[in-house]
Amino acid sequence: MKCQRCDKPATFHITELTGGKPQELHLCEQHARAYLTESEQEQPGGQSLAGALAQQLAVGQTAEELARLDQQACPICGITFFEFRKEGRLGCPHDYVCFQKELEPLILNIHGELQHVGKRPQRSPANTDRQTDLIRLRREMKEAITGEDYERASKLRDEIRQIEQSS
Amino acid sequence: MNVDFTSLARTSGEWLRGAGPEADIVMSSRIRLARNLADFPFISRANPGDRTEIERVLRERIVAIGDLGPLSFVDVNKLVALDRQFLVERQLISREHSEGDGPRGVVIAENEQISLMINEEDHLRIQVIQSGLNLQNAWETINRVDDLVEKQITYAFNEHLGYLTACPTNVGTGMRVSVMLHLPALVITRQIDKLFRSLQKISLAVRGLYGEGSQAMGDFYQISNQITLGRSEADLVKQVGDVIPTIIDYERKAREFLVRESHENLHDRVSRAYGILRTAQTISSEETMHLLSSVRMGVNLGLIHDLEIPTVNKLFIYTQPAHLQKITGGELDTADRNIERARYLRRLLNKEERGGDGVNQN
Repeated sequence: MKCQRCDKPATFHITELTGGKPQELHLCEQHARAYLTESEQEQPGGQSLAGALAQQLAVGQTAEELARLDQQACPICGITFFEFRKEGRLGCPHDYVCFQKELEPLILNIHGELQHVGKRPQRSPANTDRQTDLIRLRREMKEAITGEDYERASKLRDEIRQIEQSS
Repeated sequence: MNVDFTSLARTSGEWLRGAGPEADIVMSSRIRLARNLADFPFISRANPGDRTEIERVLRERIVAIGDLGPLSFVDVNKLVALDRQFLVERQLISREHSEGDGPRGVVIAENEQISLMINEEDHLRIQVIQSGLNLQNAWETINRVDDLVEKQITYAFNEHLGYLTACPTNVGTGMRVSVMLHLPALVITRQIDKLFRSLQKISLAVRGLYGEGSQAMGDFYQISNQITLGRSEADLVKQVGDVIPTIIDYERKAREFLVRESHENLHDRVSRAYGILRTAQTISSEETMHLLSSVRMGVNLGLIHDLEIPTVNKLFIYTQPAHLQKITGGELDTADRNIERARYLRRLLNKEERGGDGVNQN
């Protein structure tokens, strides 16, 4: 087989993967080398969380707006948007609801979609409010213990037990 | 039931078997699912009490599942660093899980195909790993494990976003499909970077042997999906699975090219690598990986005739620091490890010798 770019025999057989479809290239050593060392622009890290966050937050947000956004906190787990931005990890399932407006463009940027189409759990979280209540109550109980308010902590513990037993 | 590390150190996990389709190039197929309990904060906001409770709930309910065969629970928090590293080398826990803190553990099924990490980045990470190119089988297995766990536990799930995870990069299916490929000829012919760029364009990630941030050691590359939302699990399996035959073909063509156009150099490379591994008196982990890669390719190309792929696969894992220390019985510093590693390699590789110098002269 001849090289696709000259008359020398093709010794390199390169399969290019573009758009998921393989494309065959047959080249001599010289042309293959040139082809393989062609300067190609590195893909921007669009899929990485940091890259996506930077891209999302760069869109027309003033410092003031960003500061306000950063201070928003989840009422259930207490995490602020700033903490999420810094650590890249959310604090509880409710964050997806309370930061919905901020997260949607980010999720769209990472996945290109906003609607789950896969498997669903057999046991659905029947009473979502109850479950987020549990997260909130456990957090409040911890705060009560830290603040040495044992009476309140004990009330909260009873409340947690009640919810756990009824679910 | 507790894991006996001494006996684990003598066995080799199912993914090292060197069996399964395309095992000359595909080392293993792995799928993991990220799951969280609906009524606890994610790990980053969970206090030690929450984590203890999450660990207890998940451990008790998983171990109670009868259909998964014999299960062992390892309390990762109580392990010494060497044992944690051993589990990482064995791919039973992630590096993050090993280096984390607080209550955390892993449930391991008998043949090491299934492991369930508790309190990693998410409350639960289910993993199935199999030898060779076996994605469909891995998916069927992990789906069944997930169904069994789901009967016991209410997962954090949202109608729109699917399974909710600590990091938005995993939301939706929570699924990462990975195939570990041995691509020495693409490295030698310097085509590997080009392959990476092509894969990035179709939203596939390429990483080293031990996942995110790890260097590609011994020419092993892990290819996995980046997107987890908006596609079904079957689609994700297909997305990764569809591209693998093309990469295998690409590697085979590069090997054929080397055999045809550069046979002497290739044979020399393989023979020297085998020679050094069988005679060295001290050798680093890095050099071992590098040389074993050439030897593995040499075995697959018929240039080495007295060595089997499962032995080579095993050597990749057993010459790493934690495994080496486990089999030679105790903690060793780097210099002593290098001596023990060389001794171990000489013993295993020369024992397999069946006459001649082991290198095919044809």
